[in-house]
Amino acid sequence: MSHTGGSDISVRDTRTSAGTTRSDDERFPVDNPGVEHEPPRWTDADPDAGRSAYTFVVGCFALVPVLAIAFVVIYFAVPQDVFIDVGSNHYMAQHLLLGLTLGLAILLIGVGAVQWARLLMDDTERTEERHTAASSAETRTAAIDIVYQGLQETNLGRRKLIGRSLLGALGVLVAPAAVLLADLGPWPTARVRAETIERTIWGEGVRLVNDVTYEPILAADLEIGQLVNAEPENLQEFHGHHLQVERAKAAIIVVRMDPNSITIPESRSSWHVNGILSYSKICTHVGCPISLWEQQTHHLLCPCHQSTFDLGNSGVVVFGPAARSLPQLPISTDAEGYLIATSDFTVPVGPSYFERDSRNDYEDGDA
Amino acid sequence: MKFLSSRRRHRAVRPLLLVAALFLTGALYTVAVPDERSSADAGTSTQVEEGRALFAVNCSSCHGLNGEGSSEGPSLVGVGAASVDFQVETGRMPLAAPVEQAPQKENIFSREDIDAMAAYVASLGPGPEIPTEAQYDPEGLTAEQIAEGGELFRTNCSACHNFAGSGGALPNGKYAPPLEGVTPKHIWEALRTGPQQMPVFSEEVITDENVRMMIAYLQSLEEEPTGGLTLGGLGPVSEGLWAWIVGIGGLCLFAVWIASKGARK
Amino acid sequence: MAKPAALSEERTVPPTEPERVPGPVLKRLAGPTAWADERTGAAGLGKYFLRKVFPDHWSFLLGEIALYSFVILLLTGVFLTLWYKPSMAEIEYEGSYQLLRGVAVSEAFASTLDISFDIRGGLLMRQVHHWSAMLFVAAMFAHMLRVFFTGAFRKPREINWVIGVALLSLGLIEGFAGYSLPDDLLSGTGLRFVDGLIRSIPVVGTWAEFFVFNGEFPGDLIISRLYMAHILLIPGILLGLIAAHMALLVYHKHTQYPGPGRTDKNVVGYPLYPIYMAKAGGFFFIVFGVTVLMGATMQINPLWTYGPYNPSQVTAGSQPDWYMGWVEGAIRIMPGWESHIGGTTWSWNIFLPGVGLLTLLFVLLGVYPWVEAWLTGDKREHHVLERPRANATRTAFGVAGITCFSLFMIGGGNDIIAVMFNLSLNTISVVLRWAVFLGPVLAFIITKRICIALQRTDQERLLHGSESGVIQRSPVGGYSEDHRPISQGEAYTLTHHNEYPPLPAEGVSKRQLQARRWFYGDNMSKPTRAELEAAASHGHDGDGHDGDGHGGNGHEVAGRESRELSSSRD
Repeated sequence: MSHTGGSDISVRDTRTSAGTTRSDDERFPVDNPGVEHEPPRWTDADPDAGRSAYTFVVGCFALVPVLAIAFVVIYFAVPQDVFIDVGSNHYMAQHLLLGLTLGLAILLIGVGAVQWARLLMDDTERTEERHTAASSAETRTAAIDIVYQGLQETNLGRRKLIGRSLLGALGVLVAPAAVLLADLGPWPTARVRAETIERTIWGEGVRLVNDVTYEPILAADLEIGQLVNAEPENLQEFHGHHLQVERAKAAIIVVRMDPNSITIPESRSSWHVNGILSYSKICTHVGCPISLWEQQTHHLLCPCHQSTFDLGNSGVVVFGPAARSLPQLPISTDAEGYLIATSDFTVPVGPSYFERDSRNDYEDGDA
Repeated sequence: MKFLSSRRRHRAVRPLLLVAALFLTGALYTVAVPDERSSADAGTSTQVEEGRALFAVNCSSCHGLNGEGSSEGPSLVGVGAASVDFQVETGRMPLAAPVEQAPQKENIFSREDIDAMAAYVASLGPGPEIPTEAQYDPEGLTAEQIAEGGELFRTNCSACHNFAGSGGALPNGKYAPPLEGVTPKHIWEALRTGPQQMPVFSEEVITDENVRMMIAYLQSLEEEPTGGLTLGGLGPVSEGLWAWIVGIGGLCLFAVWIASKGARK
Repeated sequence: MAKPAALSEERTVPPTEPERVPGPVLKRLAGPTAWADERTGAAGLGKYFLRKVFPDHWSFLLGEIALYSFVILLLTGVFLTLWYKPSMAEIEYEGSYQLLRGVAVSEAFASTLDISFDIRGGLLMRQVHHWSAMLFVAAMFAHMLRVFFTGAFRKPREINWVIGVALLSLGLIEGFAGYSLPDDLLSGTGLRFVDGLIRSIPVVGTWAEFFVFNGEFPGDLIISRLYMAHILLIPGILLGLIAAHMALLVYHKHTQYPGPGRTDKNVVGYPLYPIYMAKAGGFFFIVFGVTVLMGATMQINPLWTYGPYNPSQVTAGSQPDWYMGWVEGAIRIMPGWESHIGGTTWSWNIFLPGVGLLTLLFVLLGVYPWVEAWLTGDKREHHVLERPRANATRTAFGVAGITCFSLFMIGGGNDIIAVMFNLSLNTISVVLRWAVFLGPVLAFIITKRICIALQRTDQERLLHGSESGVIQRSPVGGYSEDHRPISQGEAYTLTHHNEYPPLPAEGVSKRQLQARRWFYGDNMSKPTRAELEAAASHGHDGDGHDGDGHGGNGHEVAGRESRELSSSRD
């Protein structure tokens, strides 16, 4: 039976049992005075108070059907495009009224029930004996005996291999179970990585276009201090989740700075067009798109974790948890003067991963 | 007065008196110090000359006598009339004190004064003009265009100004201001001129129509109904705070009530 | 099983049952009861359970808030599944929210918008679901703190504590999975963060990423996989763990606060039926009602303003829901440490504050009951709760933990705080880098001193009674305050806390002795019966014997503490 926790209910009326018990346990220097005697409640002593509590509880419950009916009526009668204006807020009338009626109805059931228990039910405190969680020593011995006896009956003592081979068999079953999960996704082998996270759809001659509108960008149109959120022109060829996957790597920002106010290392002298530089928009920390660019300090801030990159200095980290410079996209202009990429990014964009060879990233001071 | 006299030796009296004295000094100072508003009389004939005079009084200490800039302020050559209109009409300029970022405050100039200063600054070098209403007025756009304005807004603006235009933080105490209540003209001017740390979004790249679409989206967003109090439009941080205050706080009050005994004699 | 034997004495006293006048109600019940009992033996269960006693205290209801929130989550969650489509397929939104019409969105996002704008009551249910998710985790935290500070995790409840820790950790994952389902800009940004987090795991990170996302981020399956986890896998485990949590609670019987009549061998309170049923049942409706009212009046997760997820867009104020805010904060304030060894990259800047901190918190929580048991050498069962002051070091631990957690939380909202209070983002981050280490230490020291000061106050009340506020002047001119003896009930309450074996104890290794001295050596020891009696008679002799009652008391208290530290008392 489940009566292990002390099935016996020895309920005593505490009002009669209040009496001092002296404990012999030295840990308790003060005698236990017993549960305090409670005077009767107002609702017990005063018939008027009792009646008003009764009325309150019934009133709570009686309001519930009213609110429930109101809910049903509102559901059908109030159209969804009616708004209630309070100050500058426009509340959806149906949503608000449905919520208020339903919420109040449910709340009133609770308030009524609690008040019933607090004021009208017999609230004599009771004392129940408690026992240690452990079974008695005899029970424990008996249980161990049973287990032992069962073991004897299996004859495992003499035929040990049965047990071991069964355990082995069960253990080996883990392998098929684990293998079944091996197709959760493609395996990121070096070849797969090179085709996925280590490349983007940028390449030689791909035009830089405005994000959203896909308008190509004329180098001459950019002013100093300008920021453009851009994408590769060929992004339009992608749809659905392929679009998301490519966009998550290819998004860039294009900025124009006064060439005299920035540092351009020799190795990147051909990567810009008159101070127009282009960087990956994907943070090297955990991959949030970053475009909070301060045109005067040339600092780019990530709104997720506040990594800050200096776009005037090849995208090196100047603050925050990011560890690597922002990859720069080498750009040039085509015959019509539009901005184009001259290659893909030279290092993988986005957050770090274990197999990433991070020795080619730009570090502050590199030539 | 018995109340006061009985407490005059209280521990808190001295700090309180000090605070009161500081308040009084501050109040007297504001009353006594003359309003710094310029009363430069417009005695010259052309608008540019008038602007030059206003500029000399209000702006030159930082931007140089001819707008060439100084260590205190950038050069204004080529910033254009739109820049002056934005900075002065939103009260950002003239700057009251050297701070990291010019705060928005009450504009103290008349329309004519601003136009005069704008004309003067525009004469220093070519830059964006003060826009005509057709350039920024969001009227007459289709629903699809407004929805696309949302896409443009989320791509170009929300990173700094938040999804609901509530503003956000920038490095070292700077911030992107909230966009609620900013007039369409000022939004247009800010995009074109790139005030302070804000980048420029030039007309050739983000067309006037794009700007109108974004403005229309922002205005529609403010008029959209909400599913209740917006809690500051700041996202999960304020939601979490209110979950603890209203939810756990309120339910704890109920719990105290539930666990309390009925009133006794 | 064998235990009731000890009660045979009690059993001879007939319990005070209501008189059995077979009224119409009892008569009508007899039939169905017999029918059910003959098939299930339910009467035995009823006899055992119905009059089970539960102690009453508001802090015991915190866990109930969590339980009820879970039920509300199940109810509203089922409603939401009727319309939600866990698909990342791209469609053009054509619903009734004007500002997104014609925009390419995922089916998951579109169906969430439909629930919000086209299904009547849908927005209400969505908001109720989200608010109760916030409350679910918040109530679990609050409940855990109550259990921690009152020592309710001690023997025999260690297993239930561990189950609770498991519930909390699963609750976080469950919440995060739900946060990601609508596929809006914020939840997508959150997933992007998780992608970076998974990638940062040394050696297997990239493999884990490809397996979770079915290839490169974001892939095409993550939403449906999270959906399965959110509505089946994790709730299933949660349900099982909650059942075990409740079963152990019933078996152990609820703990109780110290008070007159309360001992480790009994439980004083109200019977399950009818009072507790009405109170606890009523509280379910109150929690539900309050959550619905929150859903009606307070907007939460307005995903239509965030827009659909687009990996090239982001918004200022990109934050997870509050319960992941501390991880977010840790990630934000972490310096950019990364090792490049050969052709490999080790992202400590993400792995340590992300995976490391999450693991650390739950491991620390999980092992704490055993750590404390080792520190104190206490192997006894405890059913009467400790007041936080009675166990100064544990309380100080707890407050230090809360301080650390809160500082990380501040880090998680540093951008919002910077704007609200005109502070520099960078300064907040730099200060926090130090504060998360120094703050907890400071909090520990301060809390411990406060607890011991409170222990002294208790001691003072026990030995000298409560201050009456009446000042007397003795004939020689000294002043003293009258003290009134406290009630026996209060004295009993103040002396009922657990006291550890005095130091140095026998059979304890040197290291253990040091640990124990550190853990409870500073605690005030309870006065003995003899000391209490002496103090009582001393009190009757008259106050102000030395013209300065307080000075005398102070000496006495200090003296007692040093005695406790230096020598043992049987």
